[in-house]
Amino acid sequence: MSLPDLDALWLTLQLGVVTTVLLLLIGTPLAWWLARTRTRLKPAIEAVVALPLVLPPTVLGFYLLLAFNPSSPIGSFWITLTGDTLIFSFAGLVIASVLYSLPFTVQPLQAAFENVAGEMMEAAASLRASPLDAFFSVAVPLSVRGFLTAAVLSFAHTLGEFGVVLMVGGNIPGETRVLSIAIYEHVETLNYDEAHALSLLLLLFSFCVLLFVYVFNRRYRVHAH
Amino acid sequence: MFTTKNLMSALAVISTMLVGLLAVAQAEVVRIAVASNFKPAMDELELVFEEQSGHDLLVSAGSTGKLYAQIINGAPYDVFLSADQERPRRLVEVSRAQDRFTYAVGRIVLLDPIAKSAGPDRLEQMSFRRLAIANPELAPYGQAARQVLTTLGLFEALQDRIVLGENIGQTYAFIWTGNAELGFVALSQLDPEVREQTGLVWIPPQESSDPIRQDAVLLRHGGENAAATDFINFLKSEKAKALIRGHGYETE
Repeated sequence: MSLPDLDALWLTLQLGVVTTVLLLLIGTPLAWWLARTRTRLKPAIEAVVALPLVLPPTVLGFYLLLAFNPSSPIGSFWITLTGDTLIFSFAGLVIASVLYSLPFTVQPLQAAFENVAGEMMEAAASLRASPLDAFFSVAVPLSVRGFLTAAVLSFAHTLGEFGVVLMVGGNIPGETRVLSIAIYEHVETLNYDEAHALSLLLLLFSFCVLLFVYVFNRRYRVHAH
Repeated sequence: MFTTKNLMSALAVISTMLVGLLAVAQAEVVRIAVASNFKPAMDELELVFEEQSGHDLLVSAGSTGKLYAQIINGAPYDVFLSADQERPRRLVEVSRAQDRFTYAVGRIVLLDPIAKSAGPDRLEQMSFRRLAIANPELAPYGQAARQVLTTLGLFEALQDRIVLGENIGQTYAFIWTGNAELGFVALSQLDPEVREQTGLVWIPPQESSDPIRQDAVLLRHGGENAAATDFINFLKSEKAKALIRGHGYETE
């Protein structure tokens, strides 16, 4: 494997890890709230979370192109903050990936929490545990599988991301040139051997990840609705 | 309510549809694979050709590399309009195509919509954050952009400000959305009235980059199809060439 390809592989792994950590931080409270809420807004919020499953990535990519541009509120705020643009940057890819992989985090977690919620939490409350204490000492240990599924799926989904990155990345080596873009470029330039090597790597990895999820977790099935 | 009158008109509608279907079935279908940059011109050519020949064109637009990969793997296209010369040449080499000719020559332009001071000075001053060009590895327009910058002696200096679109369509989108202040696109992407605006566009001198010759070939699949040959001949006609020039290309 050539050096640029190793760079792309390394960058992709970084993107996967950073995105997954952020998603767990954002997705956990969101999934918990969705599992316990009785608000009439619930279906609407669930629909918004699930949107990336059904929308073509280019739709998200196109709107991010508009949202990230230096004269937009978000884009200009980022420039003031960091001195660099959000578009064509690693940070921009992270934000895009978080949005794009959100359902892969929230849905398994919500399913796990819905199993735990209710009686278990009432029991914990009657033992005078604070809600936070109850969450960490009752809900989290019982939802380990959900957490693992969410983390693994979000990570894998981010690795395979292509359409959004193509729209907002700008193919900058070491910054936004991820594995899927590298493969695309090899196919376009007729380097089919390199394309094969990278594609096979991604294929085997994705298969192992899904196998792991199915073996380990009988309860949550991977599906795009 | 089923009256005789209603039944008659229903039969009339059905028979009209059948006649229409038969007429379509008799028209030959030609499958065309066209490089995305030429799609707008192709749309117009399609209307004219279908009008005058009665044949039916099925046009698939995509990037040259993808279309080439599809053709090599047996996609049933009759004619291939590439964005470069290399892929058609390769297809002829492996006997998958014949009759290679240049149907259009693209011109590269510097587009500067915000400052409206397009020109080599604008590039030298470097008072911008991002310059968008198409990926030179993927797109002939990207190679031409790199050549222009190299001729100006600025390619190295601008390295960290250049962002790559995967094709000129995406490069144009980067500029249109304001994510890159300026960039190199194809003249054919701009509306005729836009090209005239002062300072918006700079056309580099011809000698600063190789001409972007776009070649077409008749594919093996289209060898049996007389309508495909008709389309190739139409593409070489003066009528088609005038139309292609109207879209910001040159013809030979």
